[in-house]
Amino acid sequence: MLRRRLNRWFGGEDRRVDSRTIYVGHRPCPANEVFIPPKFCDNRIVSSKYTVWNFLPKNLFEQFRRIANFYFLIIFLVQVIVDTPTSPVTSGLPLFFVITVTAIKQGYEDWLRHKADNEVNKYRVTVLEDGRRIQKESEKIKVGDVLEVDEDETFPCDLILLQSSRDDGTCFVTTASLDGESNHKTHYTVPDTERDVESLNATIECEQPQPDLYKFVGRMHIYKNNEEPTLRSLGPENLLLKGATLKNTQSICGVAVYTGMETKMALNYQGKSQKRSVVEKSINAFLLVYLCILVSKALVCTTLKYVWQSKPGQDEPWYNEKTLKEKETNRYLNMFTDFLSFMVLFNFIIPVSMYVTVEMQKFLGSFFISWDKDFFDSEIEEGALVNTSDLNEELGQVEYVFTDKTGTLTQNNMEFIECCIDGHQYKYRDASSEVDGFCVTDGPMNTVQQKAGREREELFLRALCLCHTVQVKESTEQGQGQEDGRIDQVDGLMVDGQVVPPLQEQRGFIASSPDEIALVQGAMRYGFTFLGLESKTMKILNRTNDVEMYELLHVLNFDPVRRRMSVIVRSISGETLLFCKGADSSIFPRVKQEEVEKIRMHVERNATDGYRTLCVAYKHLTPEEYDQVDSGLREARLALQDREEKLMAVYNQVETGMNLIGATAVEDRLQEEAAETMEALQGAGIKVWVLTGDKMETAKSTCYACRLFKRNTELLELTVRTLEYPGKRREDRLHDLLLEYHKKTVQDAPPAKTRVARNWSSQDFGFIVDGATLSMVLNSSSENNLHDYKDLFLQICQNCTSVLCCRMAPLQKAQIVKMVKNSKGSPITLSVGDGANDVSMILEAHVGIGIKGKEGRQAVRNSDYAIPKLKHLKKLLLAHGHLYYVRIAHLVQYFFYKNLCFILPQFLYQFFCGCSQQPLYDAAYLTMYNICFTSMPILAYSLFEQHISIEMLLENATLYRQIGKNAMLRWGPFLYWTLLGVFHGLVFFFGVWFLFSNPALQDNGQAFGNWSYGTIVFTILVFTVTLKLALDTRHWTWINHFVIWGSLAFYVFFSFFWGGVIWPFLRQQRLYFVFANMLSSVSAWLVIIVLILLSLLPEILYVVLRKPRGPYARQKKLVQSSAGGIQSPRSSARPLLMRTFSDESSTVS
Amino acid sequence: MVKQESESANRPDNTAFTQQRLPAWQPILSAGIVIPGFVLIGLAFIGIGVALLVTSRSIQVLELDYTGDGNGSPCSSCSQSTTVNCKCSLNFTLDTLFQGPVFFYYGLSNYFQNYRRYGASKDDNQLYGDLSYFTSPSSSCSPYDYDGSKNPIVPCGSIANSMFNDTFTLTRTVSGKTDSVPLDGKGIAWWTDYNVKYRNPSVTPLKNAFNGTVKPIDWAKPAYELDTSDASNNGFVNQDFLVWMRRAALPNFRKLYRRIDASGDYQNGLPAGNYTIDITYNYPVRVFNGAKKVVFSNVSWMGGKNEFLGIAYLVIGSLCVVMSVVMLIVYAKFKFPDEE
Repeated sequence: MLRRRLNRWFGGEDRRVDSRTIYVGHRPCPANEVFIPPKFCDNRIVSSKYTVWNFLPKNLFEQFRRIANFYFLIIFLVQVIVDTPTSPVTSGLPLFFVITVTAIKQGYEDWLRHKADNEVNKYRVTVLEDGRRIQKESEKIKVGDVLEVDEDETFPCDLILLQSSRDDGTCFVTTASLDGESNHKTHYTVPDTERDVESLNATIECEQPQPDLYKFVGRMHIYKNNEEPTLRSLGPENLLLKGATLKNTQSICGVAVYTGMETKMALNYQGKSQKRSVVEKSINAFLLVYLCILVSKALVCTTLKYVWQSKPGQDEPWYNEKTLKEKETNRYLNMFTDFLSFMVLFNFIIPVSMYVTVEMQKFLGSFFISWDKDFFDSEIEEGALVNTSDLNEELGQVEYVFTDKTGTLTQNNMEFIECCIDGHQYKYRDASSEVDGFCVTDGPMNTVQQKAGREREELFLRALCLCHTVQVKESTEQGQGQEDGRIDQVDGLMVDGQVVPPLQEQRGFIASSPDEIALVQGAMRYGFTFLGLESKTMKILNRTNDVEMYELLHVLNFDPVRRRMSVIVRSISGETLLFCKGADSSIFPRVKQEEVEKIRMHVERNATDGYRTLCVAYKHLTPEEYDQVDSGLREARLALQDREEKLMAVYNQVETGMNLIGATAVEDRLQEEAAETMEALQGAGIKVWVLTGDKMETAKSTCYACRLFKRNTELLELTVRTLEYPGKRREDRLHDLLLEYHKKTVQDAPPAKTRVARNWSSQDFGFIVDGATLSMVLNSSSENNLHDYKDLFLQICQNCTSVLCCRMAPLQKAQIVKMVKNSKGSPITLSVGDGANDVSMILEAHVGIGIKGKEGRQAVRNSDYAIPKLKHLKKLLLAHGHLYYVRIAHLVQYFFYKNLCFILPQFLYQFFCGCSQQPLYDAAYLTMYNICFTSMPILAYSLFEQHISIEMLLENATLYRQIGKNAMLRWGPFLYWTLLGVFHGLVFFFGVWFLFSNPALQDNGQAFGNWSYGTIVFTILVFTVTLKLALDTRHWTWINHFVIWGSLAFYVFFSFFWGGVIWPFLRQQRLYFVFANMLSSVSAWLVIIVLILLSLLPEILYVVLRKPRGPYARQKKLVQSSAGGIQSPRSSARPLLMRTFSDESSTVS
Repeated sequence: MVKQESESANRPDNTAFTQQRLPAWQPILSAGIVIPGFVLIGLAFIGIGVALLVTSRSIQVLELDYTGDGNGSPCSSCSQSTTVNCKCSLNFTLDTLFQGPVFFYYGLSNYFQNYRRYGASKDDNQLYGDLSYFTSPSSSCSPYDYDGSKNPIVPCGSIANSMFNDTFTLTRTVSGKTDSVPLDGKGIAWWTDYNVKYRNPSVTPLKNAFNGTVKPIDWAKPAYELDTSDASNNGFVNQDFLVWMRRAALPNFRKLYRRIDASGDYQNGLPAGNYTIDITYNYPVRVFNGAKKVVFSNVSWMGGKNEFLGIAYLVIGSLCVVMSVVMLIVYAKFKFPDEE
């Protein structure tokens, strides 16, 4: 923190300008007369928060910033300062315990970070200095140092690649540790620097550090002897990021541009914003109530005290004179300190330990998710990943699921299905059924209509082979020989055609998008094989086994806004060609219109079949055109500011007036059990919205396949297509449609209750909206009825069983999530996605789930939970979420309850001791109650309870609805628990009070004193709250048995021990032998037993009388669903019990 | 951070614990268990309740107020005067034998022994016989730690200072002859208080330990002269002192004063006859609207007379039975919900 601030001061100059200048190798450049070595931060990575010196103050400060800790600190300080009934130890000890445990945990974590930092910082790196190789510690690297990095080493800071051991000036890196993408990425050296790094005289101008891993702009001035400096543009392809690993390249040299905390990796460490669960909000609300109870109790007692004292003879009876000091103190000050004393006396009503227990429950509980073997996917050898444990219970509260389509609902495992060239359909049939599958004449290109011309076919296939960013995977052996070998291999295999296809498909391609691989593989099936990219030359093996070479001039990268990508290549014959592929909507407007119609039909049909379609177009570039484009691109790439925008402008300019060649259809198969999962979610009352960037038709068919839309679902469409209405403006049409749909879904729909009841029988609505229309709805700010639109839209959506939003930009996905999140009743939302385009919605939703899919690890990194497959969502929500919610809700309610009935007797006792703040319980009991006697059973409960077995939860999705809308933490249940606590408190106190009307409780006539009174109450209390929990426990594992009975045994043992010894450190031996004496009294035993039973009676009654509906209905359902199949042990036990019951009924009545 | 684990380590352990499949007992509070259970518990409770009630009823209690509020009461003169050792006497008649063992209590009401500051006003170290605390009593004893001339008070504190100092003797008048009833003051305090918690300093004679200290302001005699008849009942281990030091829980309380020594005529308790309690009236209670009384009571296995327990057991026992009947009716209705 301090370091960063210092940097800001020293580097202030630097920060104001938008770029930094780096002198490669710290060599002064001729252009600048004076060489001022600029100051940058060193390469020390500090991920640790503390040092040895500041740990204590800083950690304490951080901990006491939490409102609860601060509250307890205040209470503690009050106890220290003011003469209070309980010693500071009673509240100091738990606080100290909590603070210490947290400090130790954080200290340990920080120590690990220190260790990791040290490992990184002390790592030996090779620095080239004045032609010598010097070993240095990584932390000593300065910006401008030229470093040498060997294969399989990670880069110690962000480097600009100057020299590579590979001939083509490239190197391969894997950024697995940064974004999890394990494919090798190619990075390029800056041209003209490869030769002599030692004597290179250059400066680099680049932007200030920014966290985006995929963005970098800069330029390099290279000075050669007295020549004009050459200018080279630098992009992300020249930048090697700290944390990435060098692969397949012996060594590279690079110059450090960003070091230490300014590297992109370090900048990306900034944590995500904390998500808070609904339960936490409930806790805070309850806390407020209890705070009010606490304050009002203290106020009541203070008032009563002074009322009582105003009666003659009560204030200062002769046997209890005040001290001089007390007499002298101001009356109002006395009142205030009395008030504080009462606060201290009753402060246990808000327990420190609740926070600890909740934290522990969340932390430990989250392990069950990552341990669950059902989440283990043998394909990727990974299970579920829990990034935050704060949201476990939120999984049980989900009302809306927003899911991505590609890679989430579908496998993102693309298979080339067919293509269409010039309006002629080519369907690929399995090669094994066709002999000699690569022959044109009788090959697999099954003509539905006519065939296109051979030339067009080949052009199309070449386009597929060239227009991509796919790499050929290099196997472990390296070098050129292997490359040749592969060609030989291909040649060799070509001889016997039958064996070819399967083997060829094994050829490894690596690409950021699986569509591209599918397309390249598709082209391979038709005889055009992409052999790889070598020093800007793309090699293609064509049908006649000739290797065609194309010089790759430019790649116009794919981006989600343009929704297309292009390459510009030059063939050997000198022709310059632009190949472009992209979504139909982005291609069609940019090609000659007469070609569109015949292809549009195919595209739409394919989309309806659920395939992903891409259109392919090309364009000849005349040399003049090319020069223009080339210079435009270079200029844009050199720009330091707004480079993206400038590039985009050039791209858009180039990609016009193209010729459409054809379209491809790629199938993306559904994830396993996608439909079952969706059905289960809908059964659980969760509304599923599909948000996808895909075409409407494709997405719609996926929705049908996933059973999100069913046959009887009435689809309401609000898309660009339905907005086209002759004779009407789009806005008006939108207005009409919205009103019409609103009428259908909201006004005409039966009231919510009946709909839930007959759920499936009533009319289902499905709603389809596309990105363009959505932005019309959301951004119609100029319209005067803006509010109406958004509201209408939301209401329609909320009344539909499923909603499909297609053609969504990533930001729009987040917008939708946000809209629903902030709608009335603030429903809990969950987003599932696997790709970088889902990150925004994952971060936006209450719970973000990442699928460990094929599109890199970004979604997983930003998610709260990551699961390997979509099907795991079912168990995550229905079983884990449900259980966690029930557990934590019970935990919270129980905690408030047990402290209410703990403190209430103490409050009541004030009425009988002249409101003198006399504690009812001994200090040890006050302190230990929440720490030892009653904390473990509830913790065990909150970790192991399964009030309904996991199988049952998975089978009956409807059970999920029972806990919806925070059902167990609403004011109703809270009131119930509070009343229960009050009832118990009253029973404990007055039960014993009646008993003590005659304090001679032993058979030797001796009387009991006040500590006996407190101990009896406390014993009843501990037993009652523990047994109450035992009554609530439905799932008794040995751990539950152990902690419940163990806690009670511990209480008894502790009481004996505590009362059995004269403790030298205690000022007063209050409890000496009190407990043992209590046990020697039969009356005490009897009162304990009867009061425990009386307290628990309503509970038992409630449990029993609730039964007929609960498990019986459940069992019935089970019988229905399993239809005489496997029955759970519970259901088999049931008839037996019924039988016992009927026997019983005959005997009793 | 990216996990760097070997692939096999990624697979979650397939144990019952990690998979949340620990064998578990799932108790069902079904009617079949609860109704007979309730009936059993109810019957047992009713039984205990009856036993308790019968026992409690059999306990004889005799309470005599001697505060001296009304003019007619025997101690009214004493209650108005401030004379030390004011004498008054109470007469009562027993028609039947008061079954022994008989316990003699004194009772105070509206007396807040459970007042916090009062309760804290003692020094356990001092009372444990630690001589260093004799000369410098704990500050918690204030304002009863030093007297006006800065001499330490032993035993310090308001509890000790306010020790009950009325004394009683009981005499029986049989055919004109008065006979003093033997009272036993041993074993009226907790055994552990007498033997462990409170201790005199090991100085002989005990008097020397108290050199340089003064007796509590309101005491007539110093601690080492509390019982002149029994040397082992002096200082901090005086039984009356110990009884007083065990603070009462509620403002109306009784404390054990003596037991009727079961010897001679009093083998079986107090025989019928006329009795007189001679009271040395010292303890002022009217200033705080308190009251004093003497109580004779015998005890049973459950302690002194207390109807509450018996009634509670009876009520809850019958509640259980009633509830089991209610449950029966409810179950009879809901037994076969699908047949309705």
